[in-house]
Amino acid sequence: MTTVTDHTDDGHHGPEKGLMRWIKTTNHKDIGSLYLWFAFVMLLIGGAMAMVIRMELFQPGMQLSEPQFFNQMTTMHGLIMVFGAVMPAFVGLGNWLIPMMIGAPDMALPRMNNWSFWILPFAGGILLSTFFMEGGAPAFGWTFYAPLSTTFAPDSTDFFIFAVHLLGFSSIMGAINIIATVLNMRAPEMKLMDMPLFVWTWLITSFLLIGAMPVLAGAVTMMLTDRNFGTAFFDATGGGDPVLFQHIFWFFGHPEVYIMILPAFGVVSHIIPTFARKPLFGYSSMVYASASIAFLSYIVWGHHMFSTGMPVAGELYFMYATMLIAVPTGVKVFNWVSTMWRGSMTFETPMLWAISFVFLFTIGGFSGLMLGIVPADIQYQDTYFVVAHFHYVLVTGALWAIIAATFYWLPKWTGKMYNETLAKVHFWWAVISVNVLFFPQHFLGLAGMPRRIPDYSLQFADFNMISSIGGFAFGASFILFTYILIDCIRNGKPADARPWEGAKGLEWTLEPKAQYHSFNIPPTKVLIEQESQNS
Amino acid sequence: MNEQEYYIPSGTYWPIIGSVGIATLFVGFANQMHGASWGGSIMVFGFAILVFMMFGWFGQVVKESTSGKYNSQVDRSFRWGMSWFIFSEVMFFAAFFGALFYARQLSVPWLGGADNNVFTPELWDGFSATWQQIAFNTPGATLQSGTAVSVPTQLVDVWGLPALNTALLLLSGVTLTFAHHALRADHRNKIIGWLVATIVLGVLFLGFQIAEYGHAYHDGLKLTSGIYGSTFYMLTGFHGFHVTVGVIMLTVILYRVQKGHFSADNHFGFEGVAWYWHFVDVVWLGLFIFVYWL
Repeated sequence: MTTVTDHTDDGHHGPEKGLMRWIKTTNHKDIGSLYLWFAFVMLLIGGAMAMVIRMELFQPGMQLSEPQFFNQMTTMHGLIMVFGAVMPAFVGLGNWLIPMMIGAPDMALPRMNNWSFWILPFAGGILLSTFFMEGGAPAFGWTFYAPLSTTFAPDSTDFFIFAVHLLGFSSIMGAINIIATVLNMRAPEMKLMDMPLFVWTWLITSFLLIGAMPVLAGAVTMMLTDRNFGTAFFDATGGGDPVLFQHIFWFFGHPEVYIMILPAFGVVSHIIPTFARKPLFGYSSMVYASASIAFLSYIVWGHHMFSTGMPVAGELYFMYATMLIAVPTGVKVFNWVSTMWRGSMTFETPMLWAISFVFLFTIGGFSGLMLGIVPADIQYQDTYFVVAHFHYVLVTGALWAIIAATFYWLPKWTGKMYNETLAKVHFWWAVISVNVLFFPQHFLGLAGMPRRIPDYSLQFADFNMISSIGGFAFGASFILFTYILIDCIRNGKPADARPWEGAKGLEWTLEPKAQYHSFNIPPTKVLIEQESQNS
Repeated sequence: MNEQEYYIPSGTYWPIIGSVGIATLFVGFANQMHGASWGGSIMVFGFAILVFMMFGWFGQVVKESTSGKYNSQVDRSFRWGMSWFIFSEVMFFAAFFGALFYARQLSVPWLGGADNNVFTPELWDGFSATWQQIAFNTPGATLQSGTAVSVPTQLVDVWGLPALNTALLLLSGVTLTFAHHALRADHRNKIIGWLVATIVLGVLFLGFQIAEYGHAYHDGLKLTSGIYGSTFYMLTGFHGFHVTVGVIMLTVILYRVQKGHFSADNHFGFEGVAWYWHFVDVVWLGLFIFVYWL
């Protein structure tokens, strides 16, 4: 049996007092909370930009913004949601949950963990400050294609480049930390195939981050030198090629998509077995499917570039490779559905979010399959169909899982229970409005409405108005969400250590509000096997 | 200390100081590029904060390590951390190598009319689609950024300084391994000798690389010499930066060896730097083959 000591200098087991607790902290729960609150603030900022976009598109004609400002809105909305909201939220969840799930006291490299968070506010600040610079914020789309982002972009682009560098440092350090934690801090008796799926999916995601983020850093570095030091990476006048930018960007960009969805798969794989009161169907196939998806994500980037221009052999290869991803993804959806099959199901709020995740994410997956077909993509590319597709996978996929995880683990984080009635009202409000928001965009895209345009012709007017109404309603649902969270933290009723009847996992063996250092004594083999998803 | 205990380090201010430093550095750099006279000094100030942070943070870790606070689990965490950090560096270089391969194999031949691009030679009067001579026949050409293309007069001679540098760097990998063996056998004087040899070889490499840059620059090969100049200087430049960092790290290790920080079976600091140095070695081999030779 191992012994316990705490090596913080002051010798106390609790956190420090005051603001310095948050600045100096090496505690995975403190850092997880910082990440989650940062992501939440960014979600609201990015969401406000989405509201501006939907207001402008409420009717045809120019309503309230200049085209240039509209482009700044779409660009910054995308960048902030991807790099400021979804990614930090999942890192926050990983920080909070992984040490508890693997029976560890904390992360493997706690000081680096602190730094990977505390770079983010600086990166976010630099990114947002571009709004106040001459020429305004970046307006070239979140994919910042050259030459729009090199030859034709304002000076503020260089600040954007450095913000991306900082975000990259943060992500890489976060990923290194998670790998070291999972492989080195795991309870000695826990085998790899005993690990909960959220831990597995985050481990795999970390490899994606380490492989992809440095390539993004390379891409923006080339942009920087093309813009300021006369290199010709993306300039055909000097023998370079703007298409090279797209190749490098999407070599990062496609794994990035799975960086944002694999941890979501992990979350859903915890919630569905709990409320179906059955073990997860096909645990090992879930692990292998996640790894296959991760591997495939590195070799399909060209499907973002079908209409850019590519040899036919290249288009065919990328099309077939893309289709392959449907196989492991199908395995996952099949397993979630099979887990629910003949289960004793109840529908508490986390389960509602998880089931709607399976349903709505699958819609996004199928529209992705359509976009992966070369001849079809040439019709769909750069239309609202694409916008609808990636919002179904990112909003009703990634964000849905983040919200599901918040309700599922909130009792463990706060020791208190949220208001179930209000949470259900919030769920139905959000799930109806999000479909009113995004479903019509499929029709708009198929009818030919281009994305990233502030004005449109009259035949698109009705669906745009419906979409905007859904958008405002969905935006307003976050006011209720905020209230439910604050109400839980302040006035929630005390929760049990295991508030969900069917829940398995080491985190539920901790105190109702998990103690500051999760496991000072590694859990026993018996306990680990009892709480394993693989049984 | 008891091998069975978990170790969780105390909180420090170093991370937030590092964030302030690197943000200051970047903001200064961006303003410098945009012509603000104060940008440079802000940038240097940010860099100074970063250096201060590294001294402080690493110093604290060294102190904690030598006072015996760390256990074998902490050691393993450092190993995982360092190896995946190096992998991320590999991927950073991969982006630039990818750009090199793409330009050489695809975009430059396409500009010269390969495949279905038969019309491009008419668009580019006197354009040479040969890799190293990419900028040779484009006098007066201007990049989209408005910069005039610098036309080189001569090819880089691969069997001169670059070949010598390859030998130096490979040799430094060998001397570093000898130093490691000496460390494992606890021969303090031998460690110092081989480490000094490694550092000298590294410094020589950097010196020759600067001389090589001088020649190339004199012959008109610049960052602005089209895609060849771009990939040449960005790849060798980032590599040279990594060698510089490696030399500094080796020097710190030399100092720590003299201080007696390492024992025969506990010297992760040494090994981490050695891994880094070998990584820099391997990148150079790639550079020598694909940038200079082929």
